[in-house]
Amino acid sequence: MSEDFVNIEIDGVPTKARRGQMIIEVTDEQRIYVPRFCYHEKLTVAANCRMCLVEVENAPKPLVACATPVADGMKVFTRSKYAQGAQKATMEFLLINHPLDCPICDQGGECELQDLAMGYGKDASRYTERKRVVKDKNIGPLISTDMTRCIHCTRCTRFTEEIAGFQELGTIGRGETMQISTYIGKTVDHELSGNVIDLCPVGALNNKPFRFRARSWEMRQVPMVSPHDCTGTNLFGHVLRGKLLRVVPRMNEEINEIWISDRDRYACYGIYAGDRVKQPMVKTKGEWRETSWEDALARVVAGLKKISTEKGAGQIGMLASPNSTLEEFHLLSRLANGLGTKNIDHRLRQTDFSDQNADPVFPWLGTEIASLEKLDAALVVGSNLRNEVPMMAHRIRKAAVGGASISFLNPRKYRYLFPVTGYLATDDMPGELAALVAVAEKGKSAKGDHRKIIDSLNDGAAGMILLGHLAQRHPAWAVIRALAAKLAGLTNASLGYIPDGGNAVAGCLAGVLPHRDAGGKSTSAEGLDVPAMLASNMSAYLLLGCEPELDCANGDTALRSLAAADLVVAIGSYASDTLKEYADVILPIGSYAESSGTYVNAEGRWQSVAGAAALIGQSRPAWKVLRVLGNLLGLEGFDYQDSQQVRDELAEALAEHTPDNAYHGDRANTEAANGSGEAEDVPMYLTDAIVRRSQPLQETEQESPASPAIASF
Amino acid sequence: MDADNKTYDGNLSAHMCAEIDRWAAKFPEGKQRSALIGSLLAAQHENNGFLNDELMTAVADYLDLPVVQVYEVATFYSMFETKPVGRHSISVCTNISCMLNGCDRIVDHLERKLGIKTGESTADGKFYLKQEEECLAACDGAPMMMIDHVYYENLTVQEVDSILDGLE
Repeated sequence: MSEDFVNIEIDGVPTKARRGQMIIEVTDEQRIYVPRFCYHEKLTVAANCRMCLVEVENAPKPLVACATPVADGMKVFTRSKYAQGAQKATMEFLLINHPLDCPICDQGGECELQDLAMGYGKDASRYTERKRVVKDKNIGPLISTDMTRCIHCTRCTRFTEEIAGFQELGTIGRGETMQISTYIGKTVDHELSGNVIDLCPVGALNNKPFRFRARSWEMRQVPMVSPHDCTGTNLFGHVLRGKLLRVVPRMNEEINEIWISDRDRYACYGIYAGDRVKQPMVKTKGEWRETSWEDALARVVAGLKKISTEKGAGQIGMLASPNSTLEEFHLLSRLANGLGTKNIDHRLRQTDFSDQNADPVFPWLGTEIASLEKLDAALVVGSNLRNEVPMMAHRIRKAAVGGASISFLNPRKYRYLFPVTGYLATDDMPGELAALVAVAEKGKSAKGDHRKIIDSLNDGAAGMILLGHLAQRHPAWAVIRALAAKLAGLTNASLGYIPDGGNAVAGCLAGVLPHRDAGGKSTSAEGLDVPAMLASNMSAYLLLGCEPELDCANGDTALRSLAAADLVVAIGSYASDTLKEYADVILPIGSYAESSGTYVNAEGRWQSVAGAAALIGQSRPAWKVLRVLGNLLGLEGFDYQDSQQVRDELAEALAEHTPDNAYHGDRANTEAANGSGEAEDVPMYLTDAIVRRSQPLQETEQESPASPAIASF
Repeated sequence: MDADNKTYDGNLSAHMCAEIDRWAAKFPEGKQRSALIGSLLAAQHENNGFLNDELMTAVADYLDLPVVQVYEVATFYSMFETKPVGRHSISVCTNISCMLNGCDRIVDHLERKLGIKTGESTADGKFYLKQEEECLAACDGAPMMMIDHVYYENLTVQEVDSILDGLE
């Protein structure tokens, strides 16, 4: 018997428990349910709801299972008459002030209080006094409040303090007048704030855009994967009559634990935006008209063939959103090959391609997401981490709170809600990085943050240099990467990338790159990257799920080239007024909610999902549109039956690929000539077409680069 | 959170800052939240006996705490006022010992004399008749009241009059 274990008895069954464990942790492990409201395994113990009272032998009164540590020989009874009496009495207290408005409460049917009241509540109340009423607060466009329903479990306040890292909700007042509230007039703005909805055991905090839209039991729950960042966050879509009404987290401890970011939760309200295309559309003499798929596709095929024969396939360029599925990438890549062009790319915001041949097969995180929280030291280069990858930022925050030394090298100061070891905010990222390399290399004397950063990387057993979006979009990306790789070598740290785009990894694997074929194989005829395509006024552009004027590094150039092209085919879900000006054909496709497909996250993890919601109007999944295009263009091997077949074909071709971030380039010694250039910092809720159309997200106090909230620490 | 935050350039007076520093020094590094009660009391004293949005935000900034944590403390403790109140804060103890010794008479008299109900301030802003929820721990001198932190015990109606008349 190890000293770390104690023998206890639960409901008459002897069991072992680790010393220091709380009773409720042991009963949860044993799958013995003890009712609770305030206890949550991801949060600290508050012990204020008193619902988990259990009987402990020789204890003079019932004890709270969530805050009573086990002791050797302890005998716990969770369902004895005495324990149940205590639980029922607590329930009676909790219901004194709780309104009986379940029929109009969005939480109805998925409510912990409702469920437990069934088991522990009385069918009639002994109280005839008036119930208290609490005024609702406006805490922003994402979370609705019905504070009269609150039972003061404080899960939400603990979440904002412990998980989000900055307490935005608090308990105001005392006794019967106690309320959960933000500070006077403040909204809840943290990028993970929506999780308080799932934590709230009653209907006090709910999903605001979802309010009164459906009852929980009417909806179908469908697994989804978020395409909005490279985390591959697991989601459940809740669908009613084919329409996606809300998104909630799908637990996956290896990726997103039980949380999701607000972007993942609320982006779905952009899906059914007003400019959603329901029917294929073609433009003739500046006039748009809806048409049949046959007509639209015939026009695309004729147009592409004409340009291909008259001007050469090299006059066709293809731009794909980095949020497209693996299957869409694969088919687009095959389509380009079939047409004979290698002008194909998904790296829409990247600007420096000079060292692209030294790229890894795909930009790999360099570790598993779950391991981020076990880092000892990390230097994050060029990343507005909380905006780019909120769930990874949460992991890194966990590491920092646990004592890891996290440092940043960024173009500006961003607000991090954890202790930061060193923060270099500079216009000259390559220069500062070179300075860090010099310190590491020559043991050069250095002061302040440079010294601290290098020391932390040298000291930490698990050290990492993470390259973020702002590094990858930087005009001197090649130099930054080479220097980062060198620094990683010198400090024995690993090198990691935060892929720029929800499925950028799949884009690289499928060969949606001008310089590589699928699996990172070098191509015989190198094509043009995104800026080159847009700068060279090509005759035809094929756009897959992107709006180049907003999604590309240089929107103005994009607009000019697109307007001048003979043929612009937009395969997408939306037709903005701008897009209608430059496009000639719009082929409507399903959004991420409506299409089956595979997402490969930053770890290289493949996750396939079926479409959750019904397609809108005549729109079709993009992989089907591309398949038919391939057929109509007379290309070989475009006879797929389902998207799985497309995935399997590519998976087979890739066979065993091991991710490897080792850098073999030689750009570290290059003088950082254009080091002072700026990388595009896209505000969190403007990252892709769907997010941009989500009304609730657009109404938030966005932490845009221009917002002073960022700089003020 | 950040080393740069050490230089404070907010609206708190130098005396306030010194006072908060004095409180913060009593607690371990990083536990500045514990200094909140002392800091808020100091702030309240400098602001005619009540706290406002500006002050709470300033104290939060100074101590580098989320402002909602300041708000929590300010609304929890009965010695903090978050709305403007009269200059002199009068608390009559109405707990058991004082009640048995006739505090009701004292309260009634005060309400009549000042023309306000418990929990209100006089129109001229001179007096605030505070709702005292707890025993003030002076049972041996019941009935008693506290004005501006000073205890007055074994009260009679006449004594209350003379005490009030003696205030500025």
